[in-house]
Amino acid sequence: MKMIEAVIKPFKLDEVKDALMEIGVQGMTVSEVKGFGRQKGTKEVYRGAEYTTDFVPKVKIELYVADNMVSRVVETITRSAKTGSVGDGKIFVSDISNVVRIRTGETGESAL
Amino acid sequence: MSLDMSSMKKFLPVLLICLLMLAGGTAIYVEDVAAQAPAAEAAPAAEAPLKADSGDTAWILASSALVMLMTLPGLALFYGGLTRSKNILGTLMHCFLTLCLGSIMWVLFGYSLAFGPDVGGVIGSLEWIGLSGVGTEPHSVYGTTIPHMLFMVFQLMFAGITPALIVGALAERVRFSALLAFVCLWSVGVYYPVAHWIWGGGWLGAMGALDFAGGTVVHATCGMAALVACIVLGTRTGYPKHPMPPNNLPFTLLGTGLLWFGWFGFNAGSSLGANAQAVGAFVATHIAASTAVVVWMFIEWMHRGKPTMLGAATGAIAGLATITPVAGYVSLFPALLVGVCAGTICYIAVFLKNKVGHAVVDDALDVVGVHGVGGITGCLLGGLFASKAMGAASDGLFYGGGFSLLWAQIVMVVSVCVFTGIVSWILVMIVHGIWGFRVTPDEEQTGLDLSQHEEKAYS
Repeated sequence: MKMIEAVIKPFKLDEVKDALMEIGVQGMTVSEVKGFGRQKGTKEVYRGAEYTTDFVPKVKIELYVADNMVSRVVETITRSAKTGSVGDGKIFVSDISNVVRIRTGETGESAL
Repeated sequence: MSLDMSSMKKFLPVLLICLLMLAGGTAIYVEDVAAQAPAAEAAPAAEAPLKADSGDTAWILASSALVMLMTLPGLALFYGGLTRSKNILGTLMHCFLTLCLGSIMWVLFGYSLAFGPDVGGVIGSLEWIGLSGVGTEPHSVYGTTIPHMLFMVFQLMFAGITPALIVGALAERVRFSALLAFVCLWSVGVYYPVAHWIWGGGWLGAMGALDFAGGTVVHATCGMAALVACIVLGTRTGYPKHPMPPNNLPFTLLGTGLLWFGWFGFNAGSSLGANAQAVGAFVATHIAASTAVVVWMFIEWMHRGKPTMLGAATGAIAGLATITPVAGYVSLFPALLVGVCAGTICYIAVFLKNKVGHAVVDDALDVVGVHGVGGITGCLLGGLFASKAMGAASDGLFYGGGFSLLWAQIVMVVSVCVFTGIVSWILVMIVHGIWGFRVTPDEEQTGLDLSQHEEKAYS
């Protein structure tokens, strides 16, 4: 089992979600986050007074999938979240040791 | 229950205001008793009584209401939208209470000091204290076709908005009680004398200086006071390093619209009648404001790369402030030119503040650059473009009047700015020294809404 975290542009969320549902992903966790990478922050100007914001708003999605799904999920996110410009985001894949479904007590892949 | 020193300090200004009003009230009573006897003898000496015209009266009634709308909610929202969200209620209260306190002071003694019978060209006498002698008959000079009482209340709205304009420079860092004390003291120390000098039969008016609706009386005075006060009080904590973005620019545009709308009463009402001069002033006001918006926007677009809504709104106020002293004196093309000058000169003034002045001058909402600079520019342009054909008392330089009007305008602007600067400085020092003008750093961090009023705008 793997955890896949992806930080993407907020306006791409719907597209990514739809694409993931198409390949059979059954759930995900989404949060609104701020941060910075290579993309510069935004600039605001009020009567000539300039303010720059270093942290750019992003959306982070987390999903937990069986090992055989990983490459398809990563490929799908890469394809659907891509705009080609700086700030498209990153995908992180890591191992998960166990999953428990609280309602039934199932564990492992059957709890996914 | 014990009254500790800090709460005593807090209420001192309020106490002072009450005392001032009480003093006014007592004087009225004495005046009323004294006035009864000579009234009968004075009557036969008067000429045929002037009669109020219903059309003029109706328009000035409406204009007075329009000017009231400029302060509340126009200016309040204009300023409120520009502060951070933790200070919006405090800013609204500044405008709100300044208007109300100014109104009470005006009827008790302010009107008499500003417009009462002249004493040596510098101040009005206390003869009209508590509006004694101010009735529904027209006055022989102040609007001969409207009730004297109506002229008084129209002017009351001006006395209300002028100190309210200053609060923009002090936004986000002053104690509420100290601010109330300051605006009351400032009305007495600056507004009443200056209004008298120019409009109330004082020395500047006698010299021939022209200020149609308050370029100097209202805008130059508030601009100078703002400049002095924000230098003495110092910058907001964190300014200019920390971002202090406006919390609600749509409010600011709403305020801009209400100010603009009210300005038709301010300027077109200053003709004191429903007449040709009022129409001219109405057109000039609208055209100058529209032109200043367009000019400001294009300059900003070229200079900074993007046309901003706040820039357009600021241009509107700059245009309105600049046309104010000449609205009833100029034809269409000078009005357009006033708009161009307003958009350009005020833009440069605000730009310079951000570029070079920001370390010392934290004129938070640009009262100096917009109102001060705009009002002064307009008064000087009056010396060039005023024309008798439009209703001015004398022609400007470009209309064959020579340099005399321009000279009078320069004297008016310089003397009023120097006087306002000195008196405002003294008053700020008094308020700062006795009560402490600024909130504590802790309270500033919390915001005026919670620390001064114990409420929040958005929860």
